[in-house]
Amino acid sequence: RGSRARALPDRALVNCQYSSATFSTGERKRRPHGDRKSCEMGLQLRQTFEAAILTQLHPRSQIDIYVQVLQADGGTYAACVNAATLAVLDAGVPMRDFVCACSAGFVDSTALADLSHVEEAAGGPQLALALLPASGQIALLEMDARLHEDHLESVLEAAARAARDVHTLLDRVVRQHVREASVLLG
Amino acid sequence: MKETPLSNCERRFLLRAIEEKKRLDGRQTYDYRNIKISFGTDYGCCIVELGKTRVLGQVSCELVSPKLNRATEGILFFNLELSQMAAPAFEPGRQSDLLVKLNRLLERCLRNSKCIDTESLCVVAGEKVWQIRVDLHLLNHDGNIIDAASIAAIVALCHFRRPDVSVQGDEVTLYTPEERDPVPLSIHHMPICVSFAFFQQGTYLLVDPNEREERVMDGLLVIAMNKHREICTIQSSGGIMLLKDQVLRCSKIAGVKVLEITELIQKALENDRKVRKEGGKYGFAESIASQRITAFKMEKAPIDTSDVEEKAEEIIAEAEPPLEVVSNPVLWTPGTAQIGEGVENSWGDLEDSEKEEEDEDGTDEAIILDSIKMDIGVEVSNIGSQDAPIVLSD
Repeated sequence: RGSRARALPDRALVNCQYSSATFSTGERKRRPHGDRKSCEMGLQLRQTFEAAILTQLHPRSQIDIYVQVLQADGGTYAACVNAATLAVLDAGVPMRDFVCACSAGFVDSTALADLSHVEEAAGGPQLALALLPASGQIALLEMDARLHEDHLESVLEAAARAARDVHTLLDRVVRQHVREASVLLG
Repeated sequence: MKETPLSNCERRFLLRAIEEKKRLDGRQTYDYRNIKISFGTDYGCCIVELGKTRVLGQVSCELVSPKLNRATEGILFFNLELSQMAAPAFEPGRQSDLLVKLNRLLERCLRNSKCIDTESLCVVAGEKVWQIRVDLHLLNHDGNIIDAASIAAIVALCHFRRPDVSVQGDEVTLYTPEERDPVPLSIHHMPICVSFAFFQQGTYLLVDPNEREERVMDGLLVIAMNKHREICTIQSSGGIMLLKDQVLRCSKIAGVKVLEITELIQKALENDRKVRKEGGKYGFAESIASQRITAFKMEKAPIDTSDVEEKAEEIIAEAEPPLEVVSNPVLWTPGTAQIGEGVENSWGDLEDSEKEEEDEDGTDEAIILDSIKMDIGVEVSNIGSQDAPIVLSD
């Protein structure tokens, strides 16, 4: 529930909660939400969407985004961001641009885009990137494990390219949905 | 206590100074503050001071049974606490967002980068492994907690010595420090976090923001690297929009800074080892200079103020002259004089605001009392009737 005390006078508050079901991973997860990793994911989603949503248009309001992971097979942050983008668009909340995210990694001097769970568990470097495709601005950048500085550019490039591909797909889906909905409405 | 908000003029002042590439303490855009590392008497205890930000790090170890899916690896546990003495805004219930962010960043930086060889912490596979616990306490907050905390963690881990263990068949012998010298941990590399603060939608960036600069910044980019120029963690926070070349530029700057800091850490560890070997005195007590008269003073910041005079003169020339005020003292009686006119009696105004805050009953009572007084026909002076409601509220 939104609390009056936290309302901002000039813009909307964005509140994100991340929860992954106990059956989402190979081994049953004990705590679906409230642990540090879920809190951190929630904070990162919030940061991503605060940058993308035009919060100035809705002062003293709160926008809640709840994400529930049903099956985790790598790239959960990217999937959450893409799903949340579609949900926010469907809700009619004004945004600067689509927010498209993708993960990338680096194995054997090759940059790989969109890592699966097996590739993530192998322990190599992983990068998660959330991008506003039109301007190329990075809303969130997060990287784990060791990667040599020289390879950073190629990995960033791979993730950006994959995020742009996701954008084309999302754009196509949204337009088709709008077309169908307008046909139904007559 | 809630954090005191930053005044608009201070915010504007800081942003203007940053636009002109000037920092309040005289540093350049890519300069770090002074880093001071001191060690305690125990192995694994250290205090890192980054300017005025102080972090205490302590490493401890324990023999436990390993995790089920990692039977041959030791366990690493990191914990950063924001002590209430660090800043008035840190209260037990209030810190959660910042705490989660810092802790997760530290965990990712130190655990996922595999800086410690966890296989070497295994004593008996599947039964007994070492659990290394790193506790960090923030003692004073003057900006850039994450850098100071990461330096403290890695220094404490490098300094720590664990008890020696020998395994003979099924028998495990744990030696006390007196029997056998404790053994250092095997550390592959030293990841150090470097923070970049962005201002004015990413136009200006500063390295190592202090507390004031952190308050006016748009967002923060943290890059953790080691001296072999391997990036261990990147984390952007605060809703800034970055461009790819900004990130690449920051990573180059981070590489340079990390080299300097790693050298400093090696030197500090080397000094401490020498002192301990030669049997000299070591510990925190030694790092505090005694028998010295100390005074708290602010060092003069080496800022160029040569162009200030003209600007100040301009402002004075354009400003209106102050109103002429002539004060003649008026002597009422011996011992009572009045200078100036004073302000109007504002008790009436205060009364109205108090009445609004009181509940209905209070105001009703006040009104009733007034009307009663009028009926009785008691001559009450203006101040008197205003007194009555005040007495009621008491």
